[in-house]
Amino acid sequence: MTQPPYLYPGYASTVLRAPSHAPLPMKDDPEAAELTGPVFGHEDVNPLDADLTTGHAGEPLGERIIVTGRILDSSGRPVPRTLVEIWQANAAGRYAHPVDRHPAPLDPNFTGAGRCLTDDEGRYRFVTIKPGAYPWRNHPNAWRPAHIHFSVFGTAFTQRLVTQMYFPGDPLFAFDPIFQSVPDPAARERLVSAFDLDVTEPEWALGYRWDVVLGRTPVESTQEDA
Amino acid sequence: MTTPSQTVGPFFGFALPYEGGWELVPEGHPGAVTITGRVLDGAGEPVPDALLELWTGEPGGFGPRGSGSAGSGGGAFRGDGSGSAGSGRNGSGRGEFGGGGFGRCATEPDGSYRFRVSPPARPYLPLLVFARGLLKPVRTRVYLADVPDPLLGSLEPDRRATLLARADGKDAYRFDVRLQGERETVFLDF
Repeated sequence: MTQPPYLYPGYASTVLRAPSHAPLPMKDDPEAAELTGPVFGHEDVNPLDADLTTGHAGEPLGERIIVTGRILDSSGRPVPRTLVEIWQANAAGRYAHPVDRHPAPLDPNFTGAGRCLTDDEGRYRFVTIKPGAYPWRNHPNAWRPAHIHFSVFGTAFTQRLVTQMYFPGDPLFAFDPIFQSVPDPAARERLVSAFDLDVTEPEWALGYRWDVVLGRTPVESTQEDA
Repeated sequence: MTTPSQTVGPFFGFALPYEGGWELVPEGHPGAVTITGRVLDGAGEPVPDALLELWTGEPGGFGPRGSGSAGSGGGAFRGDGSGSAGSGRNGSGRGEFGGGGFGRCATEPDGSYRFRVSPPARPYLPLLVFARGLLKPVRTRVYLADVPDPLLGSLEPDRRATLLARADGKDAYRFDVRLQGERETVFLDF
């Protein structure tokens, strides 16, 4: 199974928030509003928003990285001009969010929110810093592996995806119930980016590559049935 | 090869919400309706860290939102007030983020949310709910009227009632999302 269940008791917050009924399978309806989705344009996104290391008085602390990849549909076709939003902790593992009480320093030169539109080949590219791991109170001595949150739209509201990208070889994977909630180990690995020397820019930033594959839409299955 | 979902977590507030995200049409827009409600957990407690997204299925169907003068209702990620993510937020600006028809609203500490929309062409408005503790979003539909409909017609009366918004004054509706337990909202799988 690719998708995590709603109820995963190891992640304590699921216990009172997971629906007890299975979601109702919708019958095919080519007129369903969910088969379309918002269309974003260049007027919605400033190109500077893809560089999380700029826009402040100085440079953020931490390891500068480039994160790039493609947004693909379930058939492997690139999804052009779709909105990708990211957010993350700073290099010390602290979010610029008032709810985050982790006693690690905020960085006045880093907020940690970015967005871009994919290009004609479905590519996105962000410049940021590598986020730090951070503790949370799910269970004793609980730590989240370093991750970047991703929000992707696709072409249909049914494809809407919010997920997290991880970094290769993180020793915290085995202890993280959010990562482990994905039942299939192979699917879990699809949340992990790959270090890529071709993306890496000499004497400037390490490069990571990560592709996102959106779920099948009812429209796609209709087309294949036809 | 689908990429799995992961929770939106508790820390999206500085990144995803944007000013006026709940207003798909400006105040005073002819026929506009307001939908308010709360997101509640299995203990009936408010969910103060949920993010709701509403999609009308009608891109650009509402005409431009007030760009510039009114302050609210500007589109895109303009002026979200957080001063975050650098200078990039302040685009030249027009309404209709995402081509119009799309709204986004984070819940308040009391679990409440709101949207202002034009009356939809369909009897329902698709709604997605993300939250800490939801490893994948729940999706449902807000029906503004109890009309003949394949989905509504397939449900027992008490389940069906969870999809019906309640009239709450002139041009106003209430729709609560109950994630779990008694009167749990009917969630959908496409």
